[in-house]
Parts: sequence; structure tokens; C-alpha cells
Amino acid sequence: MKRLSRDVAVIGIGQTRFGEHWDLSFREIGIQAGIKAIMDAGIDSSRIDALYIGNMSAGLFLDQEHIASIIAEEIGLTDRQIPTTRVEAADASGGLALKQAILSIASGLNDVVVVGGAEKMSDVTSDIAAGFIAAGADQSWEALFGATMPSLYAIMARRHMHEYGTTREQLAHVSVKNHRHGAMNPFAQYQKEIGIETVLKAGPVAEPLGLFDCAPMSDGAAALVVCDMETANEICDEPIRIIGTGQGSDTLSISNRPSLTELRSTKTASRKAYEMAGIGPSDIDVAEVHDSYSIGEILAIEDLGFFEKGDGGPATERGDTTLGGKIPINTSGGLKARGHPLGATGIAQVNEIVLQLRGKCDSRQVKDARIGLAQNVGGTGGTAVVHILEVI
Amino acid sequence: MGVARYWRAQDQRYSLAGNECSICKRKFFPNKTMCPVCHRRSFGKMNRFYFSGEGKVSSYTVVHDPLPGYGAQVPYILATVDLVEGDTVLGQVVDCDPADVKIGTELEMVFRKLSEEGKSGTIQYGYKFRIK
Repeated sequence: MKRLSRDVAVIGIGQTRFGEHWDLSFREIGIQAGIKAIMDAGIDSSRIDALYIGNMSAGLFLDQEHIASIIAEEIGLTDRQIPTTRVEAADASGGLALKQAILSIASGLNDVVVVGGAEKMSDVTSDIAAGFIAAGADQSWEALFGATMPSLYAIMARRHMHEYGTTREQLAHVSVKNHRHGAMNPFAQYQKEIGIETVLKAGPVAEPLGLFDCAPMSDGAAALVVCDMETANEICDEPIRIIGTGQGSDTLSISNRPSLTELRSTKTASRKAYEMAGIGPSDIDVAEVHDSYSIGEILAIEDLGFFEKGDGGPATERGDTTLGGKIPINTSGGLKARGHPLGATGIAQVNEIVLQLRGKCDSRQVKDARIGLAQNVGGTGGTAVVHILEVI
Repeated sequence: MGVARYWRAQDQRYSLAGNECSICKRKFFPNKTMCPVCHRRSFGKMNRFYFSGEGKVSSYTVVHDPLPGYGAQVPYILATVDLVEGDTVLGQVVDCDPADVKIGTELEMVFRKLSEEGKSGTIQYGYKFRIK
């Protein structure tokens, strides 16, 4: 079994509300989240050793690369020229940035690290943005043939329906539940409940998926301060320990995979994270999963081992994944309702898990939550990153 | 994008030219430099293989919200096609009504226009499928 050389904890969190922030630039949303996390951690910025930032595509969305330097400058970390690194794995960029930060601490190279995730999508029109999102799929063998990101998930959904009898209504229940949760989250893009008819009657995007099966385009940023356990105990009253981290890859094209109804990257990433943590799926009290499309959540709750393969749809319909259910999934509202600023999502997921483990989620609090999991997927599953956190 | 990007893979897109691992005989589309099963033993031993273009739908969708440049084709059917010789390819299904396509529907490859690039107007051609 692989373990980290030293334990790592989260001591600070911060995020912007996700949404269409016409009045804010990429720099400004990055600052908001980063400064909140540093203030929350209560540390002096002179103790920060490094910065990692998850961002899918500032190059496409903003014509701006080299953004790690921008964020470091904006949050005032360039006086000591600390190393800043951008990490990219489509919309798993945030989760992967966190993993790099953890590794840098476990290696002994750094003690205190700020990890951010940020994306500014609203500076381009939504059809242009959809083209950029498709860059997370295979441009040569998928997009050139007319594949959009939702169309690839739709193909997975159709096959799941065929093999396991998953219904259109069960897919819709994912979005209804996530909007119900999002209505309780002040950081969510959509803080409004919807009925199942809203999902079923929405315009088709790629059948069987409609507009309300798809996460929105969003601007937003989220940040964490992570550090070694010794430093955490010194400066923080309630550090949240990262007990497992796992990453898996798969082919970029869905057609090159043996199955359309599972994400092998998620299965492998979670197996590694569970092994490191020394726990199993039944030990998880609350989870944030990657519902960029409704079928994504069904696949996730099966591949993470919360439900048998094929039971994801029925479990969602039964209410097992809602607040108060067997395992509450996406109490933040998920990507669907909280919003999905690509590179920020993986960090926002961990923000929510930390808030849950601190017991600070107010009306959406999962009672006695002690262990939480976050699953972040890039594109259709070419990358998956899983983190498991525990309150000490 | 420059024309070379598309031109480079022309034989693969025009005639479903994939390759075959001479060790295990597995067939691949698109080309693989090394067999993901045989690994180093297959290096330099991957041979060109032309797929017949016949296969069955393993799953499909009807796209209503397209990428820029594909609007004129909406709604279009996109399917994963299990080729009879092995491996799976993603492509459009044309010359039929969306209601005619089901999982298991037998298809054959046809040669069609894929897209027209925005600024340069360069036309890309390649494989699509129709009901056999």
C-alpha cells in the first residue's frame, strides 16, 4: 500500500459565489478566493511556501497563459518569488492541483501551500465556450466528427439505460436533488429548487440529455490552504486531515474504452484513495461528485462503490443520495446548481467537504459528518482525482 | 487550425485505416504506436489494417446543440460503432431518421463531408455511417 511520507491537512478554505460575474475579471475572482482562504487559515503570508492553481483553459477563454504568475502577483505572493505552478487536466484541473500540493508537502519540499482553482468563462459567448469545453475531449477523433461534451455523456447515458434499465426520470432526479441542495448554499450559482417536469420538459441538448441535465457555464474561484500536520496543529484549532488521495487516467476518447457504463479512472482513483485511507465506501459520510452531466453522478456513485453498478439511478430515485439519505451526495448543489467553472470545481468540492466536516453547513449540514470524499473528473473521464478527508 | 493537422490523418479518416498488433492480432482504430496489451513486444510490429467499415451501434445520441460550424447538420445522430473486426469508432449516422437508429443497428461506412472550418473555409472529409 502506498502512503504519504507525512500527513497533510487543510487549514483554510475560501470561494467566490459561482455564476456569471460580468463585473469581475479573472484576476479579481482569483484574489477573492485566495485571500479568503489565507484569512481563514489565520496564517501570515510569509509562511506560504508555494502556490498551485488548477485552470483548464485561460488560453482559450481569455487569450492568457502563464496565469500562475498572475494569481501569485494578485494575492501578494511575489515578494519572495515563491514557486507558482498551473496544473491542467480539463475540468479535473482543480483536484489535480490539490494532489500536486499534497505531494509537494509530503515530499518535505514545502510546509504551507495555497491551492487555487479558477475559471472565467463568461468573456466568450456560450457556443464558443462549448467548443472550448469540447477541447477536453478528443479533438481529432471526437469533436471533428461533431461530438460535443454533452453528446459523449449522452452516449454513456443511453448505454447505461440499455444495460441497467436506468430511466430518463432517474437521470432527472439527479438535477432535481442537486438544485434542492443548491438552494441551501449561499455560494451556489442557482439557489432555486426545480421540479422534475422542469428537467423533463427542457430543450434537448443531446438525447437523452436536456438543458437541465447539464452543468452551467460559470465564472468562479475556490482556494485552500494545506500544510503538514505539525504546522496544522500549531496554527489551527480544527485541521481537516487529508487521509487519501488517488488519481486515475483512461483513454481520451470514449470509443477506445472497453465499457461505456463505468469510468475506470474513477474506480482506480477511488481504490487508491480508499487504500491509503484504510477505509471503504461505507465509511464515507458525505461526498461531492462530478455531475457535469446528470449521468456523471450516476456513474460516480456506482464507480466510487456507494451503490452496485446499475443501482445508481434507482438509488437516486429512492432518495438515498439526498440530504438525510443513506449517503448525501453533492450537498453544495453539485456542478449542476453550485456551478461549474471548470478549473475551480475540484477545489470548490473540497471546500464543501471541509465545511461539512467542520459542521458549518447550516441547513445543508450532514449530521455527524466525520469522513468526506471529493471526486473530480476531467472531460469524459480521461482523468479522475479522488480525495478523502477526515475531521480529527 | 492549419490544413496539415487534418491532412496528416487523411488515410485514417478517409478509409478507416487503423492497425493491427502482429503479436496478439488485436486491431486498433485510430492507429496505436504500441499495443496497450503487448507493450514493448509490439514496438515496431504494428501493421496497417483496413477496417471494412461494417459494424453495429453500441450506443448513440441525437445532437441538438452543436459545436460552432456544425449547426447546419442539426439534429444529427452520433453513434459509437463496434466494428466487425474489433475496436469501436465514433461517427455520425446519416441518410436516416433518428428513430431508425437503435443499439444493435447494423451500419456501413460512407465517405462524407465532416465540417467546414470557420475562418479558412477548409473542408474536412471522412467517415460517417449509414444503415446497412
